[in-house]
Amino acid sequence: MIWVGAGLLILVAVTGFGVVRTRDVTGQVIAISFYGVLMSLVFFFFQAPDVALSQITVGAVALPLMIMLAISRMKYRTVRMRKRERDA
Amino acid sequence: MRETLRVRLFFVFGGIFFLLFCSAARNLPPWGSYRGPYGDVIARVSVYERHATDVVNAINYDYRAMDTLGEEFILFTAVLGVLMLLRREQVKVNEGEKIDDRIRLSLTARASAMPALLVTVVFGFYIGLHGQLTPGGGFQAGVILASAPFLLYVCENTESFRRVTSHRALEVIEAAGAGGYAVIGLAALALGVPFLTNFLPLGTTGDVFSSGTIALISACVGFEVTAAFLLAGYAYLQEIIAGETPEE
Amino acid sequence: MPHLLHLLPYLVAAWLFFCGLYGLVSSRHLVHSVICLAILQSSTYILLLGIGYRVGGVAPIFADIAPGTVTVDPVVQALMLTDVVVEAVVVALLLAMVVKAHEKSGTVSPDELRTLRG
Repeated sequence: MIWVGAGLLILVAVTGFGVVRTRDVTGQVIAISFYGVLMSLVFFFFQAPDVALSQITVGAVALPLMIMLAISRMKYRTVRMRKRERDA
Repeated sequence: MRETLRVRLFFVFGGIFFLLFCSAARNLPPWGSYRGPYGDVIARVSVYERHATDVVNAINYDYRAMDTLGEEFILFTAVLGVLMLLRREQVKVNEGEKIDDRIRLSLTARASAMPALLVTVVFGFYIGLHGQLTPGGGFQAGVILASAPFLLYVCENTESFRRVTSHRALEVIEAAGAGGYAVIGLAALALGVPFLTNFLPLGTTGDVFSSGTIALISACVGFEVTAAFLLAGYAYLQEIIAGETPEE
Repeated sequence: MPHLLHLLPYLVAAWLFFCGLYGLVSSRHLVHSVICLAILQSSTYILLLGIGYRVGGVAPIFADIAPGTVTVDPVVQALMLTDVVVEAVVVALLLAMVVKAHEKSGTVSPDELRTLRG
């Protein structure tokens, strides 16, 4: 049983490195969503159901949502400025 | 300094620190042998003292309620910061530049979002009500309920989403959640017991309305977290969904 | 030499910490550095839960088991539960600052932002 936990921890280490090395920001949001689901599996293995419930809702839904809202707001502003320069 | 120099310095000193950490970790207790007494003591007495079967929530809202009060005010202040930075007072609706979302979403997405929305709201209240019995409580329920209006955006248009998340009542709900927690603590002071003591009748173990102030504090936290996420989400989207022209 | 399995969560926590720190140091996009900060924060979760774990222990929820069963440590779980939710809102605050920086200067690269003057 502890080998399952060890395997999950190695997987978390590899995924964390993968999230950091993703340079494109929109792709990184998907990567951190997957990382959040994987962390909730690790919490489930560590016999922590409360924390796993928090991590599923926050790490896979709310955190990527906040990041995507920020990215879309910056993109919206860039598109708007460019259109205004073209029309002017 | 330039980026390559920065990264090389980081590798040198980070590598030294990593080696120091690994040599210090050899003296830590091996994984899987927790030997501290505090956790065992609380797990043994919490069911009898507080009539709450979920020990983690009993610690959060009763034994260490002061720390949770601090964390809740971190949340409150962070949302205050987001609103100060991003919120605009006047929202001028510019018809030509609003995002057009009626055509792009498919019928399947819109038709299946309404049952999903109802299930999400009911599930959020369900999780929030029984935090003292099984895993759940205010924090998780707040996040689940805060994701419901985004499903409303999928099945309706942005106008109904905007009307839900820009409502004045959300600010009142958030303040009531944060202030309600402090008022419960002060009410304990008014009764002559220390701050944030569990002073309500404890009830029967296993009932929904049991364990005194734990359920009440959990409800306050749930309201505050929901309103906090919705306010922050609306602050980000305010320009896009109202088609407002940004000032130069 | 202690067995590697006995030290695994501490080593994984240190590895995640340094991955996040490397991402922060070598980042070229401010939103990328904020996400690496979230990775940094999650390394502390692994460390705390690794300390509190007990082989053969069950979850500290006594709704259906007898009080007195051997459980894992509930105190570290209580510490982490609030932290997970607060992390998302603090990331929202940091991203609000990034959005404002992009508004005022038009760029999201930390190197360029250092050389711009107000």
